Amino acid sequence: MNVLKRVLYVVALPAVLFGAWFVLSDGSENFYSPPLRSILTAFGDTWQADRLRADVFPSLLRLFAGYLLAALIGIALGVAIGLNRRLRATVEPVLEFFRAIPPPVLVPVIMLFAGIGDGMKVIVIVFGCIWPILLNTVEGVRAVDSVVLDTARAYGVTGPARLTRVILPSAGPQIAAGLRQALSIAIILMVISEMFAASNGLGFTIVQFQRSFAIPEMWSGIILLGLLGFVLSLLFRLAERRALRWYEGLRAAQRQG
Amino acid sequence: MTSVRRRNPARSGSPALLGAAGLAGLLLIIELLPRLGLVDDRYLPPTSRIAAALADETGSPQFWTSLGDTLIAWALGLAIAVSAGVLAGILIGSVPVLRELTASTVEFLRPIPSVALIPLAVLLYGTDIGSTLMLVCYAAFWQVFVQVLYGVADVDPVAYETARSFRFSAWARIRHVLWPTALPYVFTGIRLAASVALVLAITAELVIGAPGLGKEIAVAQASEAVPTMYALIVVTGILGVLINLLARTGERRLLAWHQSVRGEVTA
Repeated sequence: MNVLKRVLYVVALPAVLFGAWFVLSDGSENFYSPPLRSILTAFGDTWQADRLRADVFPSLLRLFAGYLLAALIGIALGVAIGLNRRLRATVEPVLEFFRAIPPPVLVPVIMLFAGIGDGMKVIVIVFGCIWPILLNTVEGVRAVDSVVLDTARAYGVTGPARLTRVILPSAGPQIAAGLRQALSIAIILMVISEMFAASNGLGFTIVQFQRSFAIPEMWSGIILLGLLGFVLSLLFRLAERRALRWYEGLRAAQRQG
Repeated sequence: MTSVRRRNPARSGSPALLGAAGLAGLLLIIELLPRLGLVDDRYLPPTSRIAAALADETGSPQFWTSLGDTLIAWALGLAIAVSAGVLAGILIGSVPVLRELTASTVEFLRPIPSVALIPLAVLLYGTDIGSTLMLVCYAAFWQVFVQVLYGVADVDPVAYETARSFRFSAWARIRHVLWPTALPYVFTGIRLAASVALVLAITAELVIGAPGLGKEIAVAQASEAVPTMYALIVVTGILGVLINLLARTGERRLLAWHQSVRGEVTA
């Protein structure tokens, strides 16, 4: 009963909204908002194996490559900067400035250096989504409890063990927060870099549809992007929950106590 | 907290001084890279030329109109998103059934990248400010809305029940119990939304060609006015820093009574 109720809660509103969209738009004569029926048909016709291979996979590959690179560089630099007080004071204003630049404006700059190939797109993604990771890592490393650090030192935990056993776990929740922010920026930049200059990719295809007034196809692309964002954030949440299980447990215990 | 250190403060330098040195270092590196021929100066002009282009820009009325357009789209979009987010958040957050019902939909709509709406915005509004507004509102709304939901969930149930048993009206309960608890969350939401709104405003101008700084950057790039392009990008960065500073200061001022700010000051 309880499970049934929960399932009902999850699916009720989406079902109602979707149903309403379907029914209300069914007789739609409006060119820009075609009936959901034809959007769904277009979805099935458009996103088939060929196009998935030609457009969606390259997009996803660039996204993952850029995101992983940004995560690696961001966490490594963040730990270094977080541990060194003078370095932190020196680079902080510069970092704040770079973070404040809206990432999409970097597309034209990076196009100058890297042309319009895959490299450009990956660099754009790295450059845009590295800042939340970097700054959150710095904050997380800074906030490591000094008593814990001193205790670790007293027990002779130094070198790599100090990093992997003390500093990284303690900064973990904050790093995860940065990674989550970076994920949505990475998706945005993937799409933008493809809208600018590309010969394949999701963003490119959707803009092509819009320009050729293939409206149902365009809508189906928007829905696909939405699904993609949803699935990625779901995957991220699962990974986060696994990696930070100890932390969730600790928080739950604190809340009860 | 970190002020008590054995190191001599005069020798390690004050953070402000080191920060200024860092900025100066960056400017110097950008000046030297192209001058020494390490980077092609058609791609990265030296700092001095970017600065000259910036001075040039500030002399042209076109620049100020664009800046104004960007700021108007930003402020208007943010205002709409904040009011909608707060209203919807309080309404949905304080009714448990609604909250349960909408949770999955919110989770679904929130991660939809707002740029996916660009083609739709172009069709609906063309290269008007309307398309910028649509994107800004959509992206900023979720930041506020989700924060308000968290804030409403944070209300002390005992306080709420007490207010109820004292026969506070629904409005009074919102005004005196719910709102003060949720306020810090609301401000966090506004702070996040303010920078997201700027990013989306400039993105929309850049990609769609709606009037504003973003469009100017696209124009500069297309006409290969590289120093101007860099100058405009610097302006967007400065704008971002200013908005961030403004939001933080505003938050601290308006929440001076709140524990989170008071605790920060004494610690």
